[in-house]
Amino acid sequence: MSQIDRAASELREMDDLAMKVSPIHSLHPLVKLLVTAAYIVCTASFPKYDLSGLFPMILYPALIFPMSGIPVSVCLRKFRAVIPLLAVVGCFDLFLDRRTVFSLGNIPVTAGMVSFTVFFLKGILCLTASFLLVATTTLDRLCAALRMLGLPSALVTLFLLTFRYVSVMIDELYAMNTAYLLRAPGQKGIHYSVWGSFLGQLLLRSMDRAAELYESMQLRGFDGDMRYAGCSQFSLHDIILTAVSVGAIVFLRLVNFSRLLGGLFV
Amino acid sequence: MHMADALLSPIVAGAMYVASGTAAGTSVVKLKKDDEPSKLPTMAVASALVFAGQMINYTIPGTGSSGHLCGGMLLSALLGPYAGFLSMVVILTIQCLFFADGGLMALGANCWNMAFYGCFVGYFLIWRPILHSRWFSNMDSKAATRLKITIASVIGCILTLQLGAFSVVLETSLSGITELPFGAFMALMQPIHLAIGLVEGLITSAVLLYVFEARPELLQEVDAEEKGFQNKRSLKATLAVLAAVVVFVGGGLSLFASSNPDGLEWALFGNAESGYSENMALDEDDYGVSSDVADTAADIQEHTAFLPDYAFPDNDSSVGTTVSGIVGSLIVAVIAAGIAVLGGFFRKKQANA
Repeated sequence: MSQIDRAASELREMDDLAMKVSPIHSLHPLVKLLVTAAYIVCTASFPKYDLSGLFPMILYPALIFPMSGIPVSVCLRKFRAVIPLLAVVGCFDLFLDRRTVFSLGNIPVTAGMVSFTVFFLKGILCLTASFLLVATTTLDRLCAALRMLGLPSALVTLFLLTFRYVSVMIDELYAMNTAYLLRAPGQKGIHYSVWGSFLGQLLLRSMDRAAELYESMQLRGFDGDMRYAGCSQFSLHDIILTAVSVGAIVFLRLVNFSRLLGGLFV
Repeated sequence: MHMADALLSPIVAGAMYVASGTAAGTSVVKLKKDDEPSKLPTMAVASALVFAGQMINYTIPGTGSSGHLCGGMLLSALLGPYAGFLSMVVILTIQCLFFADGGLMALGANCWNMAFYGCFVGYFLIWRPILHSRWFSNMDSKAATRLKITIASVIGCILTLQLGAFSVVLETSLSGITELPFGAFMALMQPIHLAIGLVEGLITSAVLLYVFEARPELLQEVDAEEKGFQNKRSLKATLAVLAAVVVFVGGGLSLFASSNPDGLEWALFGNAESGYSENMALDEDDYGVSSDVADTAADIQEHTAFLPDYAFPDNDSSVGTTVSGIVGSLIVAVIAAGIAVLGGFFRKKQANA
């Protein structure tokens, strides 16, 4: 059962990456959250043919990857979820928009080729930015930042609890699935005669356990809100850092940096 | 059905965040009002289970393929629509952040397409009316409930997936990012999701039937009869509600489909020659869509977009700017590579020191 097994190892991997020590890891989570949001919105908002304008946005991952020490290879593996979608949806541009806009030597470059590249690059860059956020911030700190932004406590607590249970459930289901498949050689998945009971049993057991868990949490003083350790106040230093970073991103969005640089030489 | 950030324009993505955020806010308020923080661990466990359960393959009899579980219907049948919606939001967020399934900016749209329809539409328009209906009243009550659970799950999954798929197409087209024609995209999405919905519905109903056999009190709306809460809604009324939904959805679809016989015309959504904002203003005669609304939307977008009137520079694409763009991009690439190499060098030095 590769998918569920892979999911378990990916979760552990992301957890390990977020625990590393680096200047980026130690930034206030709210700074990272706001800068990531600004970066994604600015990147996604580039017009569909503005390749030279969009290209300088790669400076952000180029800066954050080495500073945080996150291996690029882990991020590349995440792309497999999004690349088929981008390729299928984007490839229509290649066929439907065939006006030649300029030539590179003898090779005519069509508007479709430009918009496909922009679309693809946007998808990859946005994904990289959210990956970098999660890979450099532990979930507790991310949740603390979300609380600071005013997200309801119930939603954030649910998010934190669910994330913790996900790894437990994945392990449990992985064991069940392996046990089932070992007893059902040549079968691709769960036979329809046990469709209901396979997940149903685990569901009932888990819901009972959740009720007990809630009682024990209450006995330890749980009042519906989580306490987040290790997340300081949003200081002046953090505000300046956020403003400068967001300012730089907005600058890259508004000014065609490639043309500006190229203009100096051509 | 998870959408990537690149498919959406920030305006559409923002609008979907507002829509999903409102639904989430309402759900949180409702949950608090019902004083159900005790539900939190149950919700977390159920959503974690659904998250992991969606990775299990269920063999579809007679075919070589396998299907998966439908999260929205299962969670709202177990936890109710509000708690179910919040649980789905959390599942989608974890999928987005840790597995790159769907983008962070597109999260609002994904929550709407997959959680809102599955939980609210699925619950209020399908699960509850069907479970409260007097269908199969000539049968013994347990057998009738079993049939009703099966029918509700299957219809619920099919309809909510169709709505979700349609929303994906609509949101993509409104964003005007790709040249993919509206009609062709829809013709691709809807039938696939019809098949997926049927299989997911059957798997979901199997799990719900198991829960019904073992612990019927866990399911929402199922013990209504025992509690003496007999809904007055007859089969006819239930069918009328369903028919209204179908007419609404079908009408909405045909409004777009019939006026674009070849579907390709919708490519003008992404037509480069009329500017980005102008794309949004549909021609009333050709498309049967009120252009007043479209104009207003275009207006808003024009005022909020960073560079509203930008199009491929046909008129100003002098060789000079193109070349400087390419040269500049190359310099940026060199700078980026330089930063990456230097950054790695300094980190290693720091680590050694």
